[in-house]
Amino acid sequence: MFEPVLLKNVAAPDSHLLSTYEAGGGYQALAKALREYTPDEVVNLVKQSNLRGRGGAGFPTGMKWSFVPKQVDKPKYLCCNADEGEPGTFKDRIIMERDPHQLIEGLAVSAYAIGAKTAYVYIRGEYVTAIRRLEQAIAEAHEKGYLGTGILGSNFDFAVHIHCGAGAYICGEETAMLESLEGKRAQPRLKPPFPAVAGLYASPTVINNVETLACVPHIVARGADWFRGIGPDKSPGPKLYCLSGQVRKPGLYELPMGIPLRELVEEHAGGALPGRKIKAVIPGGVSAPVIPEHGLDVRMDFDSLAAAGSMLGSAGVIVIDDSTCMVKVATRIMEFFHHESCGKCTPCREGLNWVVKVLRRVEGGDGAPGDLEQLEMLCKGIFGNTFCALGDGAAMGLRAALAHFRNEFVAHVEERRCPFH
Amino acid sequence: MTMREKIKDAAARYPDQRSAIMPALLIAQREHGHLPGQVLEEVADILGVERIWVYELATFYTLFHTEPVGMFHLQLCDNVSCMLCGAEDLLKHLETALAIRKGDTTPDGMFTLSSVECLGACEMAPVMQVGDDYHGALDVARIDALLDNLRATTERVASIEPSTRPQGE
Repeated sequence: MFEPVLLKNVAAPDSHLLSTYEAGGGYQALAKALREYTPDEVVNLVKQSNLRGRGGAGFPTGMKWSFVPKQVDKPKYLCCNADEGEPGTFKDRIIMERDPHQLIEGLAVSAYAIGAKTAYVYIRGEYVTAIRRLEQAIAEAHEKGYLGTGILGSNFDFAVHIHCGAGAYICGEETAMLESLEGKRAQPRLKPPFPAVAGLYASPTVINNVETLACVPHIVARGADWFRGIGPDKSPGPKLYCLSGQVRKPGLYELPMGIPLRELVEEHAGGALPGRKIKAVIPGGVSAPVIPEHGLDVRMDFDSLAAAGSMLGSAGVIVIDDSTCMVKVATRIMEFFHHESCGKCTPCREGLNWVVKVLRRVEGGDGAPGDLEQLEMLCKGIFGNTFCALGDGAAMGLRAALAHFRNEFVAHVEERRCPFH
Repeated sequence: MTMREKIKDAAARYPDQRSAIMPALLIAQREHGHLPGQVLEEVADILGVERIWVYELATFYTLFHTEPVGMFHLQLCDNVSCMLCGAEDLLKHLETALAIRKGDTTPDGMFTLSSVECLGACEMAPVMQVGDDYHGALDVARIDALLDNLRATTERVASIEPSTRPQGE
């Protein structure tokens, strides 16, 4: 029987307060880490758990931490990626609004492991409630000695600062986030050097997602074997799934990694709206290639979805029913990527502009023979030719829509109208 | 605290003053409502950074407004999850109810209407942000009630003698 841990507090009254968090065993993991483990032992514990980053890429967290050089003169930084901007995704907001101490404890344990004394939580500026709750929680934690100098009688000093974003999706890309934190336009950096070696202010920096950091105290408290015992071997652990779109019970669900997508949508989220049938599902935010209904038996983990031609991404599951035009969905997604392209790389900046123009005319009934081939040519020009994954995500999404729902694109061009209007 | 003090306080969190430009702009925007050139230059002067650095950020990030916005900024999300739940029709309704087009401000300066990218609250789609607050599971009736409520708020504030108005309203 699966027992939720990440969301276990969120429904409680005053779940955001320190007293509620402590009553549920909060900050015991921090005390245990400081009392029983060296920093290297915490890194090894997280490595053994096989925790993979929940921000989208799925990189092993313990391995990322181990890349931080041990002997450096510069300060080390921990950055929390809380700039949740992937359409379909809202999991980090729920943690920050309703259980902010879980994140703070995760930050403190992680900072202890990598040797950082300062963390910046880069949180999207729209999340005003989350920002206020996190500010309040930081003050409470400071007051109680979970943050500050000599934490819980140890020689570990640690401060958490909030840095508010200002509405740029590209800040979710880790090097663009660092540029933004340094007060510049958020544009991705060329790697290497990787942030673990030269990140914020050219110092060693670890960047982790909110959900990833929230997993860390539970690994310390319950052990690596407990974590590894949930879900598939290669990407274990509890997972937050965001359900939205044309589905009966949208919301945030904590279930094991690797749950079948069909079970998630049809059983947990109640399936299609009354009188409708599911046509397609986007499994991991709009960067993740769409999966048609017949492909819903795939498991929700990094490797299974990659093998099925999509990706887990942020686990922002968007359900689309048979009343919806897939050309319209594809157009809206490409409009998003075009709007959010930072402008650094020509294939992304210009290519997505061109893609949107073609899609708008196809959806509007002015499509011409050859338009679909032109879209494929544009995807080829964008994919793999940019600094960061924004262009790749857009190209993969459009390619999947063209492959799985080509009949709808063709119908628009041949009938010179949208068949759904 | 004055704006200068707030900015200085925020800047103390960073080893490099350039990092404080975004927090400073958010403070300045809350103070002034929007960010005209003179405010951008004041921010640069307070932090002691290049003015062009401040201009760069003010024009890159969508939450910064270099032009005035209405007293209430209605930011309706029309990204995929909200679109699938009827955001398009709600936008048309808002345009009709306010007699303005998306991107415009009502002549009385009360409402600015925008459509925005994902607000990160897809579980309660369709969603609109008004000031600091999110309003979810919207339909036409809820939008109308919200507009009435916002109008009533301003009438209530306007009816109070200036000297007795609560601070911040």
